[in-house]
Amino acid sequence: MDDSKIDLIIDKHHAEESALIKVLLDIQDEYGWLSPKALKRVSEKLEVPLARVQQTATFYKAFSLAPKGRHTIHVCNGTSCHLRGAQRVLDKVQELTGIKPGETDPDLKFRLEAVNCLGQCALGPVMEVDGKIYGKMSPKKAAEPLKKYE
Amino acid sequence: MGVVTLTIDNKEVKAEEGMTVLEAAQSAGIYIPTLCHHEKLETYTACRICMVEVESRGRVRLDTACSHPVANDMVVKTRSEKINKIRKTLLELMLAHAPDSAILQEMAEEYGADKGRFEKESSFCIHCALCVRYCAEVKKKNAIGFVNSGTKREISFVPEIASQECWKCKECFPLCPTEALQAAYVLAGALTFPVAPFELR
Repeated sequence: MDDSKIDLIIDKHHAEESALIKVLLDIQDEYGWLSPKALKRVSEKLEVPLARVQQTATFYKAFSLAPKGRHTIHVCNGTSCHLRGAQRVLDKVQELTGIKPGETDPDLKFRLEAVNCLGQCALGPVMEVDGKIYGKMSPKKAAEPLKKYE
Repeated sequence: MGVVTLTIDNKEVKAEEGMTVLEAAQSAGIYIPTLCHHEKLETYTACRICMVEVESRGRVRLDTACSHPVANDMVVKTRSEKINKIRKTLLELMLAHAPDSAILQEMAEEYGADKGRFEKESSFCIHCALCVRYCAEVKKKNAIGFVNSGTKREISFVPEIASQECWKCKECFPLCPTEALQAAYVLAGALTFPVAPFELR
């Protein structure tokens, strides 16, 4: 991992203690997660105890302390999609990727999330990969779109 | 510093301005139970067990004695039906986490708290933060902190610092109102498995 950008982000916020959350958010935007190394660097540069950086980073759900996959799959399990068999789609996607909702596979290829509505109820059941919507899903059709992602 | 006069449990107490109700009571030999209070540390108001009834300017309020500043003509009650009930419930909730804590059991007897009222969820921690604050404020090492939030909040040693500092210090262990061994357990875990022990998600 190239962590030269961490220092740049910290400097952008003038290494101020009060900017801790903003710095963590920006690092997460850049790398997709907060590595132990990043937390340590932030602690050193901002002169905030590591225990407090950890406390802050674990407190908010917005921070991820585990790497996220290169692609994020959202499978909708909202009411409309659920009624049209979203659970079976989700089961199939779990089978294909080998991970459960909230997890990332060891190759960091996919991260899977079950969500409650993607606002595309007419297309249900809906699967979304990196923001692209795949509508009218079925367990059979779910494999095809996933092949496109590396 | 000016001197203020207040009444605590029908006893006239003289206190210095800027003192808390708890300090004033202690100086007058009046006992108010505390769990998260420590004289060397900043006020934290986490345990709420020092809750008292404060009457000033005609209004009665409930507040934590450890944080409420004294004022002239203030009337403080350290025991009342209302306070007893609050303390009882607080103790019952804390006992669900630390059922074997001697100090909690002692207080439970005093307030008639039922140890079994809430389902046991033995985490041994009542989040008083004495260990965390002592390490940060007195020792200035910050070897221990909280991680996660809500019901998952727990103490966690920072392995890099703990392995350097903790074995020779351990001053936080006896501060723990529940089970000092828990601190030792978490510490041992942090040293044995030097990975960040917070939940990966």
